[in-house]
Amino acid sequence: MDRFPPELDFAVTDSQKETSALPITIRNLTKRYGPVFALNSVDLDVRSGEFLTLLGPSGSGKTTLLMAIAGFNRPDSGSIQFGGEEVILAPPHKREVGMVFQSYALFPHMSVADNIGFPLKLRGIGGTERISRIEEALETVQLSGFGERNIDQLSGGQRQRVALARAFVFGPRVLLMDEPLSALDKKLRERMQIELKHLHRKLGVTTVYVTHDQREALTMSDRIAVINDGELVQLDTPKRVYNRPANAFVADFIGESTMLPLTRNATGALTFRDQLVGEAGEGRDWTLVVRPERLFLADAAAETDERTIVLKGVLREAVFQGESEMVLVALDGDTELAVRIGTGGTANPAGGNIGGEVYIGIDRSDVIIIPGGRAQ
Amino acid sequence: MNWWSRPASDTQITHGGRLWLYTLAAIIMLLLVIPTLIVVPMSFSDSQYLEFPPSNWSLRWYEEYLGTAKWIRATATSVQVGLLTMLVATPLGVMAAYALFVSRHRATKAIFLLLITPMIVPVILIAIGTFYAYGRVGMNNTITGLVLAHSALALPIAIIVVTAGLRSYDLSQEQVARSLGANRIKAFFLITLPQIRFSVITAALLSFLTSFDEVIIAIFVSGGANATLTKHMFAALRDYIDPTIAAISTIMVILSSVLLLLTQFLGSKRGGNR
Repeated sequence: MDRFPPELDFAVTDSQKETSALPITIRNLTKRYGPVFALNSVDLDVRSGEFLTLLGPSGSGKTTLLMAIAGFNRPDSGSIQFGGEEVILAPPHKREVGMVFQSYALFPHMSVADNIGFPLKLRGIGGTERISRIEEALETVQLSGFGERNIDQLSGGQRQRVALARAFVFGPRVLLMDEPLSALDKKLRERMQIELKHLHRKLGVTTVYVTHDQREALTMSDRIAVINDGELVQLDTPKRVYNRPANAFVADFIGESTMLPLTRNATGALTFRDQLVGEAGEGRDWTLVVRPERLFLADAAAETDERTIVLKGVLREAVFQGESEMVLVALDGDTELAVRIGTGGTANPAGGNIGGEVYIGIDRSDVIIIPGGRAQ
Repeated sequence: MNWWSRPASDTQITHGGRLWLYTLAAIIMLLLVIPTLIVVPMSFSDSQYLEFPPSNWSLRWYEEYLGTAKWIRATATSVQVGLLTMLVATPLGVMAAYALFVSRHRATKAIFLLLITPMIVPVILIAIGTFYAYGRVGMNNTITGLVLAHSALALPIAIIVVTAGLRSYDLSQEQVARSLGANRIKAFFLITLPQIRFSVITAALLSFLTSFDEVIIAIFVSGGANATLTKHMFAALRDYIDPTIAAISTIMVILSSVLLLLTQFLGSKRGGNR
């Protein structure tokens, strides 16, 4: 196991901070494999110095996009620019990108120091400068003194750090990471997420990160690009992606949610079971998205509260899950709502009442309305 | 519990129950090895003829071998052809194995089969075909001709050995190397080759042995000053029975065994590294 130093801050020296942060501009990027569009006319602007996550299910095209930025696959059409310089035809070794792979891909026939020194050696940086830059990088990832170790003497977390050090030691124009934490166990992964975020803040290098883990994306990113079926579905901050999903796919993929179809009343407003939910534009179906943790158990009195929408149902099940309690409420035969309530203090109104009638409340400011019919 | 009633492995079957299998395996191994080993005592015989067991012991046939210019020249030819075959077949085998391993092209399976046909087709057919083809271009009895023909035989072995080595190699290392600034050639030589080096060395040794032990093609396309050791041995066996053959065979068996043991050793060393 890793031993973790008590402080989280990475030591970063001046030479590493000089890393220039370039924006990445992607226009109209298309890649087809036979009849399947792995990327379908993707436009994406990665701001200089930001941590942007490509989030999507497997097969969504997120890795294809990352590999296109790295130069390992050649899109059929489109443009990729690093700070205004077109790179789409440049081979990977001319792009100056630091890359971290899921498998780490450390070189087992080299020591830790030689692994980190590899990109420096290729750039003709030798002697004391190479040694001192390797030292700096090791220090940055908190592995000082590990230089002479062999790769097989390192734990998973340490390998991860070496792969990281090797990727930024030469001052790449952008840093690319392909699910770099997925091989670590949960605790270590969550720890590394925070560390990576810190490291990014210190280095300030434009970073594109690929993951299928929505929680990881929410934790680490400045902005999240949600990708599905080769298309960019939404590009927004974690908070906005979570609170204002663009469509049913995003609402369903990120966080827990229940989708409730809305109907229009006589005045054209959107309602759910005769409760006014909101206004919306012309045509189409609209769906109400509710997050379990934004729902709460209420009482009949709450119905008079203007700020709250109250639904009546039957308590089906209450499951204790440690940090919270999951309560399932049947609105009527087929619609079931999940409500997540805290377990601390006096909050335990659900237990023992299975089969009884309950009221569920949702604050109007937590209402999410998305276009389209019921998803899936 | 004694050995007899102890389980043979992670099963309920005891060593006693496995006895028939051990016996069968021992018989098969003996049958494989005895024909090879029988020449060893024969080579130390004092007799004019191949004799087993020898009635008197002597080293005269080793002296005969080392003292005859014809044998020494043939040995030199065999070693030369073997080394050249190794130098031709190993790089080609590595290149082919790498290309087939990396490529996602549909035709890779077909190309692989094509490349290993020399292993499938009876060698006598290759020998006859090569003989007539070389007759047209005047390459019979030349070192070049023999090296090329032997390389065709050694190539499939080299490809298979190197492919096996590549299977346990993580190709994303090469991608990392390229992202870090190495072009494909550098990435291959600095990252991939050092890690498959044991397979490459094994392929080289087996390529040498394939040529050094080969007799059928040599009979057809080698001759004159460029006749190989095996061709001379075959001719000697046909024309006059002489224990020199046994002496040479013994030397060849030892050389081949050492090389094969070397490849095994390298293989287990690689296993230990992982």
